[in-house]
Amino acid sequence: MASTVKSLKNQHHQFADPFYQLQVLQQPVKQGETFPAFAEQLLEHGLYPLQPTGTTILQVNVGKMCNQTCKHCHVDAGPDRKEIMTRETMQHCLAALDNSPQITTVDLTGGAPEMNPDFRWFVQEICKRGRQVIVRCNLTIILANKKYYNLPEFFKEHRVHIVSSLPYFQASRTDAQRGDGVFEKSIKALLMLNEAGYGQENSGLMLDLVYNPSGAFLPSGQKSLEAEFKRRLKNGYGIEFNNLFCITNLPISRYLDYLVNSGNYQNYMQKLVDAFNPAAANNVMCRNTLSVGWDGYLYDCDFNQMLELKVERDRPQHINQFNIKQLDDRNIVLNQHCYGCTAGAGSSCGGETVK
Amino acid sequence: MENSYYNPADLAKFGNVTEFQPEMGRKFFDYYGEVFKEGALTEREKALIALAVAHAVQCPYCIDAYSTDCLQKGADETQMMEAVHVAAAIKGGAALVHGVQMMNKVKELSM
Ligand code: SF4
Ligand code: SF4
Repeated sequence: MASTVKSLKNQHHQFADPFYQLQVLQQPVKQGETFPAFAEQLLEHGLYPLQPTGTTILQVNVGKMCNQTCKHCHVDAGPDRKEIMTRETMQHCLAALDNSPQITTVDLTGGAPEMNPDFRWFVQEICKRGRQVIVRCNLTIILANKKYYNLPEFFKEHRVHIVSSLPYFQASRTDAQRGDGVFEKSIKALLMLNEAGYGQENSGLMLDLVYNPSGAFLPSGQKSLEAEFKRRLKNGYGIEFNNLFCITNLPISRYLDYLVNSGNYQNYMQKLVDAFNPAAANNVMCRNTLSVGWDGYLYDCDFNQMLELKVERDRPQHINQFNIKQLDDRNIVLNQHCYGCTAGAGSSCGGETVK
Repeated sequence: MENSYYNPADLAKFGNVTEFQPEMGRKFFDYYGEVFKEGALTEREKALIALAVAHAVQCPYCIDAYSTDCLQKGADETQMMEAVHVAAAIKGGAALVHGVQMMNKVKELSM
């Protein structure tokens, strides 16, 4: 789907600058008052400095190019983004896997990861190494071009675990966040995935959906929302899926721009801070996941990647220096956006973190 | 005293009512928390009922709180507006059904 909306980067927008975003996150909101530092909250609960519990997931962002330009996108992805991981960097990722048997899962994200010309090769190579592949598939990519129509079959062949965003079971809120016509195409793509066996009982082909709020509010009640999504998608369209993950929108990039420009920033941050949950803080995903950028640099998570906060300075910085022992012995780089991971029942790429 | 009866910032201070009477306040909030937990009704259904009642009692704090809560619990706009119509229908119906009482009285007094 061609999108005419430009990324913040190509609008030369101030929120495209990670340094500016961090400044906004740290500046006083009223009369010199700032939100309490995230690190201090962790310190109070005996969790600072925050360290990994052991990396088992490598999340690889294979590029910022995407066929959509969603309003909330923390990657600032879009058709106009040209940053794409090279095969050489992928080879370094594979070498890292060869040296790190404790990494059981490779989570491929983007942009639309399928738009990377070496995407299929990379998936095949990871599978040869016996690791589970997760693909964060935006659904509409399957219908974006003929060359993608057989993605469901390709995914099936490699037993890829699909995780797809569908912010709502109706067009209005989905399209408001992800663009006109996205809901209808997403439904078609879900039916194609179902047809290939995804989300069907006993197929072992996992199809999970991601719900994130289309607006300045927090998600709540993953289990009950999952039941509602299942009921609505089944009755309305005959669609089946496995799990629903509720993800909180983190106040960075395009979502931060939306919050500030709609006048919702202060209230939203206050909600996140008020909902700080130490149990969620204990389970944040950066404790078991490492993130690789399109250019091979290493980050504690995809959000830190977009804020250009690389892993702690005296640890390997690039995938070509990957050393899991040294990396697992690092202090995680934190900032105010981390409040998005610790609000309420917590939020991660796998949804709530507190059961 | 503020120069307005309703201030949105006061909603966040609801818990402060325990300041003047801690024991009753705490009991109320414990009960309140219990009521809104998932039970025979889902949390979303309870949020929709609360939204309807908020409109019936015309409480701006509750309308603010339960509009947000309904969104958070995944209710859609149509469900929320239908809940408000339920409140309106019951309020309107409650007024109108007393028309029977009026008719009774009129008939009693008329020849
Ligand atoms: S949220 Fe996903 S689908 Fe939407 S623009 Fe960003 S990367 Fe693309
Ligand atoms: S934003 Fe990243 S670094 Fe911060 S808590 Fe979440 S996962 Fe960890």
